[in-house]
Formats: sequence, C-alpha cells, structure tokens
Amino acid sequence: MEKIRYKEIVDKNAPKSVRFKNGVRAFLIGGFVGMLGDFLMQLYAYLFHIPTKEASVFMIITLIFFGCLFTALGFFDNFVKYAKAGLIIPITGFAHATMSATLEYAREGLVTGIGANMLKLSGSVIIFGVISAYFFGLVRLIFFGG
Amino acid sequence: MTLIYSFLFCGVVCLIGQIILDNTKLTPGHLTSLFVVVGAFLDIFDMYDKIILWAGGGALVPITSFGHLLTHGALVKAANVGIMGLSMGIFDLTSSGILAAIIFSFVLALIFKPKD
Repeated sequence: MEKIRYKEIVDKNAPKSVRFKNGVRAFLIGGFVGMLGDFLMQLYAYLFHIPTKEASVFMIITLIFFGCLFTALGFFDNFVKYAKAGLIIPITGFAHATMSATLEYAREGLVTGIGANMLKLSGSVIIFGVISAYFFGLVRLIFFGG
Repeated sequence: MTLIYSFLFCGVVCLIGQIILDNTKLTPGHLTSLFVVVGAFLDIFDMYDKIILWAGGGALVPITSFGHLLTHGALVKAANVGIMGLSMGIFDLTSSGILAAIIFSFVLALIFKPKD
C-alpha cells in the first residue's frame, strides 16, 4: 500500500519538476538573450553613432549570424535541446531552423536541396506573419483609420 | 535600466512559450507561428510600440517582434500611399532579418558539411 502510494506521488510530481526546471531554464536563457540584444543595440549605437533604430537592425543581424554559425558548427542543437523555448522564441530560433534545414538538404544539390528546402521549417513563421500582418493591418486601416 | 527590463520581458515571453510547449502537443513550429500572430495582433493597438519603448532591445529579440515589424511596416507605408501601401510596405522592416537568415544559411551551408 505504502509502495503504491509512493509511486503515485512520484508519478504526480516528476513531470511537474521537469516542467519547472524547463521553465526556469527558458526564462533565464531567454532573458539573457534579450539582455544581450539590448546590450548589443546600445553598444552599436554608441560605437557607430547611429540612431537606435538602425542599431537594432545590426543587432538582429548579429544574433542571426551567431545562430547560423553555431548551428553550422554543430553545437547549437545541444543548446536548443537544453534551453528549449529560451532559444526557440528569440530570433536565434528562426536562424537555427533555417540553418539546420539548409544543412540537412545541402547534399541534394543547390536548387533541389538548398533552394527548395531552406525555408522548410522557418517558412511557416514568414507565411503566418505575412497573413496575420496583412489582415490586422487591414482591420486597423478600416476601423481605426491607420 | 532597459537591460533589466529587456531581461524580464524576453524571459517572460520565453517562459510562456515553454509552458505552452510543455503542456500541449504543439511543436516549436506551431509555437513560433503562434507568437508571430500574437505580435502582429498586438500592433493593432500600438501596444508593442509601448513595450519596445519600455524594454528596448529585449522586445525586438523575441519572434513576436517579427510580426510586429511586419504590421508596422505595412501600416507606415499605408499611411503615405493608401490601402495599396499594405502590400508595398509589409517587408520594409523585416527584410534585413529574412535576408540575413537566407544569406548566412546559404554561405555557411556551402562552407560547412553536416556531420552525419
């Protein structure tokens, strides 16, 4: 009886603690990536004397570059496995999805491999982004006058 | 000070994503698509612009900002040109990100070979 109850309690609590751990990891790593983005933006604005709006473009390009590079070098997969949403939700996840699809199909040739499959994983972000942006833009234009 | 706010904002967005990922059967692909739609939705009431003023670069890093920038570019162009501006300006602000992802992926895929 005691054993069965013990097992019940373990089963009830084990997934929860994993979830808790995942949540903490995602919060800390995702927050760190966000902080890095803000830091890079301010650094670029300070170094090159450009407005923060242009600095944000350079910041996003930098993050995408490192996301792509680390995926190509092979150890970003382990990072993503460890941090989960902490690296999927930031723009690095977009870079990771694009890069890993490209690497996977690279040996099938330039056009049928890379060209056809590059946006296989990250294409849905662009598609649904464009669809929703267009309709929400339309809604705002019609009902709120732009 | 925006460093702390950007840490908090980006962390909370990732935490919400992780909670959704753990408690439903959605894949990361579903998750990113969902967050893009949420970001595009928040731009209707200019809410995301206020978040960017508050959290700085931390609000531009999550994928929600991608949806926000799509809507924002479309609306800025639409304010000048009219309703056709929606289709003309939708990629104005995000093209740099998409271009960077495509160019870097292409070049790096030519240089590196996959391990297995």
